[in-house]
Amino acid sequence: MASTSAATVAPGRSAWDGGVSPMGASYGKLMMWFFLLSDAFTFSALLITYGLVRSSHHAYHGAVSAFKFDHAYWPVPERVYEAVPFFHGVELPLVFVGIMTFILIMSSVTMVLAVEAGHRMDRPAVEKWMLWTLLGGIAFLSCQAWEWTHFIVGTEAGTTIKEFVNGEWVTRVIHGANLVENQYGPPDFADFFFFITGFHGFHVFSGVCFNFLIYFNTVTGVYERRGHYEMVEKVGLYWHFVDLVWVFVFTFFYLV
Amino acid sequence: MAHSEETTHVTVLPPDKEKIKKLWTVAGILGIITAIEFAIAFTMPHGPLKTAIFVGLTIVKAGYIVGEFMHLRYETKVLFWSILIPLIFIAWMLVAFVYEGTAISVVR
Repeated sequence: MASTSAATVAPGRSAWDGGVSPMGASYGKLMMWFFLLSDAFTFSALLITYGLVRSSHHAYHGAVSAFKFDHAYWPVPERVYEAVPFFHGVELPLVFVGIMTFILIMSSVTMVLAVEAGHRMDRPAVEKWMLWTLLGGIAFLSCQAWEWTHFIVGTEAGTTIKEFVNGEWVTRVIHGANLVENQYGPPDFADFFFFITGFHGFHVFSGVCFNFLIYFNTVTGVYERRGHYEMVEKVGLYWHFVDLVWVFVFTFFYLV
Repeated sequence: MAHSEETTHVTVLPPDKEKIKKLWTVAGILGIITAIEFAIAFTMPHGPLKTAIFVGLTIVKAGYIVGEFMHLRYETKVLFWSILIPLIFIAWMLVAFVYEGTAISVVR
């Protein structure tokens, strides 16, 4: 289906005169690729700005175990993200993010299996793997909802800050985070958390919507009548891209 | 058209065992790299070397996702490079901005 290449163009005709697929890919697939390229730039801008702002703040020097939240330096991520549902008060650094990473990678695998089944015109298999992919996407979004809630509500103890108000020093306890201040560190830290994971989460959400559409069309036999499952492939590209972005967010936001 | 749709016979091909096995292998590799990243996160002290290892492993993971899952490795050369070459801008932006950020922290 996508095997026509520029090499098969008749002499005297250009590859852009129609009838062939330049770059050996259909129009829709090509446009998806270039959309994803532009989306990659958007995410890079967010992540690189994070890098700029983080490296312009003071870093925490010292043992990770002795780390305490303070506005004077950028927090150590593994001390911020250490909560796991149903394990209240237990410090499990990065475990929950690890689970989320695993879920998204698995749903990427089931997506590629759906694409493979589509190539073989195997409708039941496409349905099965699309359902798994949907489940993975919804599971990831649920995890993210929990993580955001925890991040916003904060720890029980909170962080005590000292500030100069009306000519005298007062202490105040901050719990959790919003766009103005947070208990973990400089305000920028929470801002980037909300913007980067939020923008990615919105991509996952729209990916789930697209996946559902694909699943629906598969079940109703739209692609079988059309004679090919290329839509599964195109939405698959988008879904893998979402997974790809998470790989980068995971490294730059949680690990480094 | 509408009538012929009802009578269309769809030939379902058998699963390509080789291909499916390869996809699971890639998934396994991604899982193992993530596990290695976890191990490094808790055993190595923070520093430029740790960051470099993380970036390196992330690029390997990205390569597998884009190359195998998104099938870019098997597309035509012109498509492959049309996607990859513009990414140079991202690499440059990263280097420039982090360099700038470090300079700002010195001034502060």
